[in-house]
Amino acid sequence: MDILFLLIPLSVALVFFILCALWWAVHRGQFEDIEAEGERILRND
Amino acid sequence: MNFANMQASVYNDKVVRQFAIMTVVWGVVGMLVGVIIAAQLTWPELNLGIPWLSYGRLRPLHTNAVIFAFGGCGLFAAAYYVVQRTCHVRLFSDKLAAFTFWGWQLVILLAAVSLPLGMTSGKEYAELEWPIDILITLVWVAFAVVFFGTVGTRKVRHIYVANWFFGAFIIAVALLHLVNSAALPVGAFKSYSAYAGVQDAMVQWWYGHNAVGFFLTAGFLGMMYYFIPKQAERPVYSYRLSIVHFWALIFTYMWAGPHHLHYTALPDWTQSIGMIFSLILLAPSWGGMINGIMTLSGAWHKLRDDPILRFLIVSLSFYGMSTFEGPMMSIKTVNALSHYTDWTVGHVHSGALGWVGLVTMGSMYYLIPRLFGRKQMYSVKAIEVHFWTATIGIVIYIAAMWIAGVMQGLMWRAVNADGTLTYTFVESVKATFPFYVLRLLGGLLYLGGMCLMLWNTVKTATAGRSVDVQIPAAAAHA
Repeated sequence: MDILFLLIPLSVALVFFILCALWWAVHRGQFEDIEAEGERILRND
Repeated sequence: MNFANMQASVYNDKVVRQFAIMTVVWGVVGMLVGVIIAAQLTWPELNLGIPWLSYGRLRPLHTNAVIFAFGGCGLFAAAYYVVQRTCHVRLFSDKLAAFTFWGWQLVILLAAVSLPLGMTSGKEYAELEWPIDILITLVWVAFAVVFFGTVGTRKVRHIYVANWFFGAFIIAVALLHLVNSAALPVGAFKSYSAYAGVQDAMVQWWYGHNAVGFFLTAGFLGMMYYFIPKQAERPVYSYRLSIVHFWALIFTYMWAGPHHLHYTALPDWTQSIGMIFSLILLAPSWGGMINGIMTLSGAWHKLRDDPILRFLIVSLSFYGMSTFEGPMMSIKTVNALSHYTDWTVGHVHSGALGWVGLVTMGSMYYLIPRLFGRKQMYSVKAIEVHFWTATIGIVIYIAAMWIAGVMQGLMWRAVNADGTLTYTFVESVKATFPFYVLRLLGGLLYLGGMCLMLWNTVKTATAGRSVDVQIPAAAAHA
């Protein structure tokens, strides 16, 4: 199962990448005042 | 930063319009091929002795047409529309967006020619040969640039949850396509996979199941999180839950693939990991399903007279059904009965016809009139008829396949007292015949509904005209 030496590191890298995206989103205030964001799309487009 | 798109005062709806129309056109084509191969399975004489029309070549044409042509065009249309409307900015690049449209149509045409000619890499859901794979890569990179460029130049600080789903879908599909399609060309139209034996099988189903997870789930969840609130005129039930849904789904999806390889040469522990991750997926899937359906909480009466909303909500019920059925079928003991039978085919179609199909149709019924400057489709009655023919078609289809599948599984495992098999394989084929006829009937109903949608779309488009929609002024959303 040599292929796992490719697929598992790839998944780990991906999880790391997702963690970075989550960290970015939390620290840039994407999730402050969260319920209001759901209403915004109904107002105007 | 100052990009040309940031100054634009109107949205780029041209590319959305093109993709939306082609969604409906390819839907009819792909489902027609599906009906033809369903008939061929029932009456093999319909292969007509012509190699180009034989089941083995038309089947990948059907799957490619419905997944990548119908579903793909629907996703492009929805992603381009939603990202502009929620970011209050025009698409990042009109030229690249036009390239994704024409490039994607070329991919579909090349598939429609090369697959019946028998050119195939032999990988399920990734049959296209290497030159087409390269074109797909180029189109996909352009898609990513347009999408993330638009998000990057947004004028609304918060990135709406639907965009997170679309973004994950674009990145994951790029990764899956690159790894799984790695191959050594031995001619213009022939290549061999970079992996061999069980390694290749593992990569194939790592790709195959994640294509289900990120193409057929994450992308369409993006659609769901925008079009259900818009059509219901209510915010999503819990925005907080939608965020949890997103992160939970993408963190846990990647390792469900090995459940396609139970009881094969794949190491036992890898199979078990696949099973465990598949079971875990039930939680985020149902969280999202409940969140979508509960958006109607307190406004259930809207289901009574709004056929578009009915499409969207029933699509979620099928999403809930197939994301319950999937983890159950990934349990090894259940899989021992279900695998290689028509139960799998039924499961796939409850997800494909029920979830992906209905959510796309509902979203397009919302989108198409708006793209042609009209309040609603040419005929609302026709949407209603479409809803019922499609839903009845799906129910007939999946019920027939459930019965056929369980019957086949039981017949194949039946043994006499002396240890010999009770039934020959061909006896199980013969017993399946009536269910194949029923499946054909269900497919015909579903195709009929889609033809009605095409008629309705043509009528709406010709009665309306393309209008430029103004982007709300900056003050409106500071």
